[in-house]
Amino acid sequence: MNRAALLWRVASFAVAAGFVALWQLIASLKLVSPVFLPGPDRAWAALVRGFSSGDLWSKLAGTLEHMAYGWLAASIAGIAIGAIIGSSRRMRTYVAPSLEFLRPLPVSAIIPVAIAMLGLTQAMALFVIAFGAIWPIMLATIHGFAAVEPRLYEVARSLQMSRLAVIFKIALPSASPDILAGMRLSLTVALILSVVCEILAGLDGLGHWVLLSARAFRSADLFAGVILLGLTGYVTSVAMSLAEHRLLAWQAARR
Amino acid sequence: MRANSAKALVLPLAVLVAFEVWARATHLQSDSLAPPSEIVMALFGAFADLSILTATRDTLFSAFAGLAIGTTIGLAFGIAFGISDTLDRLMEVTVEAIRPIPSIALLPIALIALGFGYRMEIVIVAFACVWPVLILSRAAVRSIEPRLMEVARALRLPSAQRVWKIIIPAALPRIFVAFRLSAGIALIVAVTVEIAINPLGLGAGIMLAQQALRPDLMLAYLVWIGVIGYALNVLLVVAQNRLFGRAALSGDGA
Repeated sequence: MNRAALLWRVASFAVAAGFVALWQLIASLKLVSPVFLPGPDRAWAALVRGFSSGDLWSKLAGTLEHMAYGWLAASIAGIAIGAIIGSSRRMRTYVAPSLEFLRPLPVSAIIPVAIAMLGLTQAMALFVIAFGAIWPIMLATIHGFAAVEPRLYEVARSLQMSRLAVIFKIALPSASPDILAGMRLSLTVALILSVVCEILAGLDGLGHWVLLSARAFRSADLFAGVILLGLTGYVTSVAMSLAEHRLLAWQAARR
Repeated sequence: MRANSAKALVLPLAVLVAFEVWARATHLQSDSLAPPSEIVMALFGAFADLSILTATRDTLFSAFAGLAIGTTIGLAFGIAFGISDTLDRLMEVTVEAIRPIPSIALLPIALIALGFGYRMEIVIVAFACVWPVLILSRAAVRSIEPRLMEVARALRLPSAQRVWKIIIPAALPRIFVAFRLSAGIALIVAVTVEIAINPLGLGAGIMLAQQALRPDLMLAYLVWIGVIGYALNVLLVVAQNRLFGRAALSGDGA
């Protein structure tokens, strides 16, 4: 990073700090009732207290666990199903339109059905998260497979490669940017659905924590939870970008 | 084309018929599943007593109100950040700190500040709708042909007119793409808030049907929510093609 960019960064942080100071001012002057709006000092104290007593660690771990399992299951199933559908023209004409029809369905609407089938359990949460997170990945995989340069398939045919070899050696690598973009989208979906399921089913996690804090009007704890959720969203998306960068390095080099 | 759309219908029809036959053959007794014929009957029933229409109105009202507020805020900031590089760089950390907060995490805050009802739902929907519009309209303003901006400068247009006469028309196709994205998000967030906590609209309706152990009604709601999501999407895609044609496609990749 050069000097000018660094200076801009510092200035930008200063502006953010200014907003936090403004927030503190509003809270200290009690312009908004402290029942709804704790100052950053109280939110920070709640964060420190939560972490030192271990409460927040276990809630954070719970949310991350729901998110990770659901997302991983969705990634594996989404890429596998997407590969099966995407690698066959017949499957694409018969199945893909139904998937396109289902895509705009708000996935959270599946929650009541999942509750009716599985009850208010961990399994229900994992099912819902995986079901919601699978769409972007599966559709991206189908799209990526359909968009593979046709000449590569011709090469595969003249080399008499098997269908599996075509998938693993040609289609998956060339569809990987699409697939990774889909996985990044799903990460956000997985976080949101984790929170919703925790709220509904009372599962151990940050969603449940913020709801309980709100019910008890402990606004500092509530803000601490929301800040942690924001951090979770930020860190996971940064980690995903880094992984994307790493995994697609060969492509950038080729260009 | 026609053969293909016929082929597209094969799978859903086969699934529906198989499910109906299976449910009839086994005399299905379940809290979570119902044969398609009963789902259709429940849907008609819900239309007949207007309950589903009231719920639809409530959900769409919250979603569109939130969409309108969120789009306006996102557009204002997006255009400001697109025009002024300085402002954009100064606000970068603040925006990146707020944006990753999952919209649904604001639910408890909105709940204690505003209570149940339309207002808290609208606030959450608006928050979720701000970001796609902000980011895409910023990109759209940045990619405006520089010569248009030179013309504006040469004509000495005051900044309000520059925004109104040059920037918004030039960026409109891509802004509409952002609006389309946000509209989908608005519906999703509205339904999610209703399912999670807010006792109104389609989300509350489907939860109530589940708790009343009426799988036919629950699945009827699910189908109806799907139809609304699909119709909204089709409507906006058609509007986009009508209004902007190919001009909007340049924004789809962004």
